[in-house]
Amino acid sequence: MIFAGCDVGSLTSKAVVLSGNRILGSAVIRSRTMPEETARKVMDEALAKAGLSMKDVKGFGGTGYGRDKIGFVNHVNSEIACHARGARWLVPNARTVIDIGGQDCKAMRLAEDGSITKFLANDKCAAGTGRFLEVMAKALGVPIEELGKLSARAKKPVCLASTCTVWAQADVVSYLNAGETIEDLGAGINNAMANRVATLANSVKPDRDVCMTGGVAKNQGVVRALEKLLGYSIVIPRKADPQLAGAIGAALLAAEAV
Amino acid sequence: MPVAGIDVGSLTAKAVIVENGEILGSAVVPGSPRPGESATLALGKALENAGVKREAITYIVGTGYGRKQIGNVNEVHSEIACHARGAYQRLPSVRTVIDIGGQDAKAARIAEGGAVARYAYNDKCASGTGRFLEVMAEALEKPIETLGDLALSASGSVRISNQCVVFAETEVISLVNKGIELGSIIRGLHEALAGRVAALARSIGVEKEVCFTGGVAKNKGVAKALEDALGVPLRFLDLDPQITGAYGAALLAEEATMQKKSA
Repeated sequence: MIFAGCDVGSLTSKAVVLSGNRILGSAVIRSRTMPEETARKVMDEALAKAGLSMKDVKGFGGTGYGRDKIGFVNHVNSEIACHARGARWLVPNARTVIDIGGQDCKAMRLAEDGSITKFLANDKCAAGTGRFLEVMAKALGVPIEELGKLSARAKKPVCLASTCTVWAQADVVSYLNAGETIEDLGAGINNAMANRVATLANSVKPDRDVCMTGGVAKNQGVVRALEKLLGYSIVIPRKADPQLAGAIGAALLAAEAV
Repeated sequence: MPVAGIDVGSLTAKAVIVENGEILGSAVVPGSPRPGESATLALGKALENAGVKREAITYIVGTGYGRKQIGNVNEVHSEIACHARGAYQRLPSVRTVIDIGGQDAKAARIAEGGAVARYAYNDKCASGTGRFLEVMAEALEKPIETLGDLALSASGSVRISNQCVVFAETEVISLVNKGIELGSIIRGLHEALAGRVAALARSIGVEKEVCFTGGVAKNKGVAKALEDALGVPLRFLDLDPQITGAYGAALLAEEATMQKKSA
């Protein structure tokens, strides 16, 4: 039986098509203003990759910030529930899930059976969310995908004193003008990001396995810095793109509800 | 004998020349990455404006974010002390001073006699500082000086749900794209800023008279929103609110010379 899930986020939207334990198709697109339209588009792309159409799908799960506005979805679940479920599918031993999205950051503690015992989220302040990295990458003039690699090449990472994205951006510009290298600044940015995320993650008392989902899990610089700060190695999902965790969870919860 | 006060802020530098408590001249200049240079520039302009020679200045007090990096000052004082001193001189009944600068916001409670009893400030988060409005003015493509009037002529206000400058900027752009009246958006922004600063002020207890200083005090829209948020009328000094700190610094300079004389 085939189930599908979509996660309509503020910046990007994701969809997956699942058959049992197998991903048949997936897609990630930039979100548009209308959640319904975005959901339809990303789901169509995922279905096209799977070579399927809407009528082949037994149930649709939905989550994310626009989840209540998606007409074709018949199982709506919270982001926390979907991310936790998706993370456990990706990393079966996960007891701590750190998910960094484009405009938020969540930390969850899971019991052995996968149920959520504690969670914390920040969506009030851009620092510690994907948005921080986006703003900083732009200030550095580096594509966001390249930012993570800079940490490994840094000689002496710059210490960014300001937490606020607005102040940190101004600091980065003046450090650049003062002649600091892109590598040292990039590492400083990744470290600052990790610092902020660690504060949130530490308040749910992390335990192994600690896994990371969301787009920022692809940034090696942030992951390595966060490992040092938490004192745990971080498992990055290999089964699928870590950005798909929410959509996978949505599909699984839809399947389990039937 | 004339003295000077210099306030080197993050975005502007201000200087005031004072003699017997009266302002002889003042200047506001844009800041530079080197606080020392901005200070010299502001002082030079204020001296010119006052018609006073540099050699005639007997004492200089520095304040502001760049105060530790200004050369040739006799002493430095905190911004809180200087703003409080300046406000108290012009308005002895003042009990609360609220100052919104380019990169911070401060609230101070003044005891009878002018001493600072309590204070609170925010320079960690750009929301609740002048920078919030600067970013929004840029996003709206309107000069920052025009925001006050645009807000006051609006028919209503739109609630801005994000507190973070970065998120609020995106929100504002989408409100514009939806065709919402610009004035209503700006009024909403003023209310958001006022809400943040009012929370800061409440943390030290707001008592009348309440005086509003700093560059943002020139924005009538913010002043109105802050009055509404606090539920008390705001008082303004009979000088450019932006030079309050430098003025207070100059007054402290004059006091220092008097103490030296009597000693």
